[in-house]
Amino acid sequence: MFATDFQIVLPEVILAVYAMLALLFAVYTGKDAVAGLLTWVTAGLFVLLALWIGGAGDGARTAFGGMVNDDPFSRYAKVTILLSGAAVLAMGKDYMERRDLLRFEYPVLVTLATIGMMIMVSAGDLMALYMGLELQSLSLYVIAAIRRDSVKSTEAGLKYFVLGALSSGLLLYGASLTYGFAGTTLFSGILSTLGGEVPVGLLFGLVFILTGLAFKVSAVPFHMWTPDVYEGSPTPVTAFFAAAPKVAAMGLLARVTQDAFGKIPGDWGQVLALLAVLSMFVGSIAAIGQRDIKRLMAYSSITHMGFALMGLASGTAEGVQAMLVYMAIYVTMSVGAFAFILSMSKDGVPVTDIESLNMYSKKEPLRALALLVLMFSLAGVPPMVGFFGKFYVLKAAVDAGMVWLAVLGVIASVIGAFYYLRIVFYMYFGKEGDRLDGSISPVQWVMLMGSAAVMVLGVVNLFGIDSLAAVAAETLVR
Amino acid sequence: MTIADYAFYGFAVVLIAAGLMVTIARNPVHSVLWLILAFLNAAGLFVLLGAEFVAMLLIIVYVGAVAVLFLFVVMMLDIDFEELKGEMARFMPLALLIGVILLMQFALAYGAWVQSDGALGLRQAVTPDLAQATNTHALGVLIYDKYIFLFQVAGLILLVAMIGAIVLTLRHRKDVKRQSVLAQMYRDPAKAMELVDVKPGQGL
Repeated sequence: MFATDFQIVLPEVILAVYAMLALLFAVYTGKDAVAGLLTWVTAGLFVLLALWIGGAGDGARTAFGGMVNDDPFSRYAKVTILLSGAAVLAMGKDYMERRDLLRFEYPVLVTLATIGMMIMVSAGDLMALYMGLELQSLSLYVIAAIRRDSVKSTEAGLKYFVLGALSSGLLLYGASLTYGFAGTTLFSGILSTLGGEVPVGLLFGLVFILTGLAFKVSAVPFHMWTPDVYEGSPTPVTAFFAAAPKVAAMGLLARVTQDAFGKIPGDWGQVLALLAVLSMFVGSIAAIGQRDIKRLMAYSSITHMGFALMGLASGTAEGVQAMLVYMAIYVTMSVGAFAFILSMSKDGVPVTDIESLNMYSKKEPLRALALLVLMFSLAGVPPMVGFFGKFYVLKAAVDAGMVWLAVLGVIASVIGAFYYLRIVFYMYFGKEGDRLDGSISPVQWVMLMGSAAVMVLGVVNLFGIDSLAAVAAETLVR
Repeated sequence: MTIADYAFYGFAVVLIAAGLMVTIARNPVHSVLWLILAFLNAAGLFVLLGAEFVAMLLIIVYVGAVAVLFLFVVMMLDIDFEELKGEMARFMPLALLIGVILLMQFALAYGAWVQSDGALGLRQAVTPDLAQATNTHALGVLIYDKYIFLFQVAGLILLVAMIGAIVLTLRHRKDVKRQSVLAQMYRDPAKAMELVDVKPGQGL
């Protein structure tokens, strides 16, 4: 029994062993001098594991008495997490190195956070859920504050830590209430005890768990930490925050709602629908006043989480599929956009003010074009892939009979388009002024162009991810 | 009422009173002392439940190590707790309001508390039969066998905490002289020492 169990969690075990070996290797050799090498090796290992997990076929297995699931859903989420993690590590290395931030602990902590995320999306037990979540969050708190000489970075880390601890507390409280009702922490066990009328105590537990997870996906009204943490952290860390952890938290949310509370979709559906509406509107409206592109991306991610939540709120397999497609597209766009933000600098100093993009198209037409494609895609303008992501979630909401939710989503999307298009406006029709003069590293260039190309070429068949997501959603929603 | 009932109420009342005193004691050192009393009474409750291993663990680890460490930290840190409390007083009305509302909601939830039909069975299904195994053995089976995965992940979380503490606080200072054992051992007497024949009355 043990051998098969460990075989199922082998990717996580490999990553954990790698993290420890990398730590020892770096401590006993060149310390920070080998950080660059470690970053590359870590990114390479992520890609290899993603290929391995992706090619593992489509069986569904459980390990450790149901505590860990290995099914198409977890594999889809794991591949997304690993690939986005690898992309962010590779493109952030240059930035970190140039600003003397590349410590050898950085790739190790990212690896440990990734293990946590992989446990999150495959959790089949409230305890496994919490362990994965804490492993991820603790690593992220540390890398948010990794520029420890900067007040903003340490403030970001501390803010993230305090609010994260609060949300963990809420989550644990909800988990204890749920255990009190069900008598078990296994998702399958909780599902088997449901049926008939839902008692108030269990509803409390459910709402507390959802609140704790809403903190992690930064859904309104639990989003207050997001802009500050995005702004204060070093940009490569922000890029990481905007990608993999969001997928993991969304996957976890889908798992808890469907696996553990799948019999009472009405009770959590309305909570998620409210979170979705608030996130879409607050994210869209609050972003209008932002001049800092990192804060802008923070609000943008809040809006996008609102759309992904809309898919989950519909409570159907189609909704979960829409959420998975949406997250994959969002992560690709986010990686591309951050590849550009990483390259924004003037006289060697990183710039994050959107005014600095004035007339950027004259200086770097190709890069400006790539960013234009990405911004259109983020806004959900029809020919780009971003539109199809939004289309999927709206369709799922309409099919589940939540027309009002879909209508509100469209309205929020139109409001949100304003600030994406403003960036395009600055680049093409802005006034003359101080321009960016930084060069872009080859990796960042490849990520930017690749992501923009995907946004255009993906319209043919979305590279088949919608059918993969459908298979993944089928296994989750029974 | 049996002796066990009296003991339960005794422990429970002192535990709650001590918990209250932890939060309202003016002197932080007193708070920690009340905390130790709370731990001891909680251990008593565990003994009544038949969980003697956890009870001993609570005394050895929490009272013996954690609380004492806490006491040292509280005494060593130069924090003006009065000032912090003054800050807190400003938000007191709002905090009290939220607290009262929460309390009412919890009363609502617990007042109508039900558990599912199978809950008792599911709860007992996990634990080994205490007639067969001792406390320690049963815990060992649970932690190192059934929940080995979670145990290992908990280890990883502690590793992250350790790495984090080092990353965020360790500074390699250049202006400090450090002992280098190898350099000391490889010192050559011929180079490090010089024999000088000092003539009387001349000096160096």
